[in-house]
Amino acid sequence: MGRTLAEKVWDDHVVRRAEGEPDLLFIDLHLLHEVTSPQAFDGLRKSGRPVRRLDLTIATEDHNTPTLDIDKPIADPVSRIQLETLRKNAADFGVRLHPLGDVEQGVVHVVGPQLGLTQPGMTVVCGDSHTSTHGAFGGLAFGIGTSQVEHVLATQTLPLVRPKTMAITVNGELPDGVTAKDLILAIIARIGTGGGQGYVLEYRGSAIEKLSMEARMTICNMSIEAGARAGMIAPDQTTFDYLEGRPHAPKGEDWDAAVAYWKTLKTDEDAEFDAEVVIEAAELSPFVTWGTNPGQGAPLSANVPDPASYEDASERVAAEKALEYMGLEAGQPLSSIKVDTVFVGSCTNGRIEDLRAAAELVKGRKVADGVRMLVVPGSARVGLQAVSEGLDVVFKEAGAEWRHAGCSMCLGMNPDQLAPGERSASTSNRNFEGRQGKGGRTHLVSPQVAAATAVLGHLASPADLSDAPVAAGV
Amino acid sequence: MEAFTTHTGRAVPLRRSNVDTDQIIPAHWLKKVTRDGFEDGLFEAWRKDGKFILNQPERKGATVLVAGPDFGTGSSREHAVWALQNYGFKTVISSRFADIFRGNSLKNGLLTVVLDQKIVDALQDLTEKDPEAEITVDLQAREVRAEGITASFELDENSRWRLLNGLDDISITLQNEADIAAYEAKRPSYKPRTLQG
Ligand code: SF4
Repeated sequence: MGRTLAEKVWDDHVVRRAEGEPDLLFIDLHLLHEVTSPQAFDGLRKSGRPVRRLDLTIATEDHNTPTLDIDKPIADPVSRIQLETLRKNAADFGVRLHPLGDVEQGVVHVVGPQLGLTQPGMTVVCGDSHTSTHGAFGGLAFGIGTSQVEHVLATQTLPLVRPKTMAITVNGELPDGVTAKDLILAIIARIGTGGGQGYVLEYRGSAIEKLSMEARMTICNMSIEAGARAGMIAPDQTTFDYLEGRPHAPKGEDWDAAVAYWKTLKTDEDAEFDAEVVIEAAELSPFVTWGTNPGQGAPLSANVPDPASYEDASERVAAEKALEYMGLEAGQPLSSIKVDTVFVGSCTNGRIEDLRAAAELVKGRKVADGVRMLVVPGSARVGLQAVSEGLDVVFKEAGAEWRHAGCSMCLGMNPDQLAPGERSASTSNRNFEGRQGKGGRTHLVSPQVAAATAVLGHLASPADLSDAPVAAGV
Repeated sequence: MEAFTTHTGRAVPLRRSNVDTDQIIPAHWLKKVTRDGFEDGLFEAWRKDGKFILNQPERKGATVLVAGPDFGTGSSREHAVWALQNYGFKTVISSRFADIFRGNSLKNGLLTVVLDQKIVDALQDLTEKDPEAEITVDLQAREVRAEGITASFELDENSRWRLLNGLDDISITLQNEADIAAYEAKRPSYKPRTLQG
């Protein structure tokens, strides 16, 4: 019988297989950041172990870094200590680090792909659940805990039990104005936040094949919100084109050998998945969340659901609680929800394509009165690219704030936070209670919906912008 | 990981059930960047009470925690285990542990011993009356001994083997060093490296 993509990549990384034991898998790339690595380095120090493969390890700073005044000392002492600890660990052990202020600094999941370090058929790990992002290149990529971080540092391997596989087939083509973010939010609403538990998801079908690498990363990124530790997409010409010429992409003969191997990385015709979900792309429209978990979402054209309409008792209670926290009424049109803040950024939607999409919509328009719009590139490089295209000017002229790269308002660990009761439309990935700051209320949206929302002041789709004035000659 | 064969020490009888990981180490301690230095966070809220048993001078230097049932419930934080170890505990005895806590403890070399509630009661009675009373936890013989008390306990063979030999997951993996080296030797040259290019 044939094998799935996930099975092929898995099999290619088995260092040791023994009856009654988990497989020992080789790890091709280990990404580090300041939050989950300190105890792991500490463990190495205590046991007198070196980092086994410095050449397969790279670190960056993202969660705690401010997006303003990055040349000044970091104000919060706890954040500062975490960053200083990473710098010391990197120096002591010889790990390549891109600290705040470095041109390659940024959110760890934006940095890996942009350097060309993330390639098809690799195993990629990081002490961060959104490591699933890297699966967009057709590798196995997943988040790990601190003990496992230490394990990989010391051995470049992990003992793991093989996961099951789930195919998510998206037929057809996404309609105009419908993005990868809308698609993944719809998938999560469909299978639930626990639906992917125990599986590696493989996104496939004609709608997926037409997507850019940026869009594929957005989808794989949020596999974890569907409960799966990993999501992947088979590599194809789009993948190869994205990689060619990047700093760490193979060159010359190596490139040819690599591409020949990458072309074998697809699920065989006769392979069987343990589960399968089919989605018709044509039925999708811009999608937003109304609740406090990423599965609580609906088309933007719909109304806030009535908790009483849920048959499942626990879902009903969850919906009631969510509406209370979010300050929403059942039956209220989603498009009537006014926001205070719009955040464009994060490892979900902080890449150049996302910024271009948002810029295109705010160009010549103004951010609505009383609304704060924060635009945060996912990496310093993305920021530079955007500046070279003049996007920063477009945002600033519209009244948005243009910031330095980092996780920013994706999570309340740095100065960019919502105040209690404040409401945001955010291109990030988690709408948990307090995720963007204590008491903050989050609606997850695409960059396009974020931009339209910023201009109109309430949740809106790009199509709603047709009435909004555009200054002549811009 | 330090090997655990046999340990003898004085005890802290903790007569509370359902001690969750938030009580063992409160959340604000999780911002720390080390596995060390959690000793002051251990049972932080309770230790504000001067009468709390850990604050009694005669319990100083005790290494065996005799806890109530359902010890270690709540979040998966490994910090709870680190806090107990940093404080000086080598082993915890209870009639029931939360699964995740137990997994974490055995991964870190803190031996969690499951005994009948009756025997746990007897150990608590003994050590409450006599703070000098010692408890021996013998992993070789899978036995707990104290004055007038001998009780055997269960532990799966794999965990026992790892503890007796002081093997953490990393040590076990490193026993397969030859397999790792062999795999590395045949990795294709086109795979990326972070330190070049
Ligand atoms: S951008 Fe958000 S989700 Fe991504 S790594 Fe940073 S905090 Fe995590």
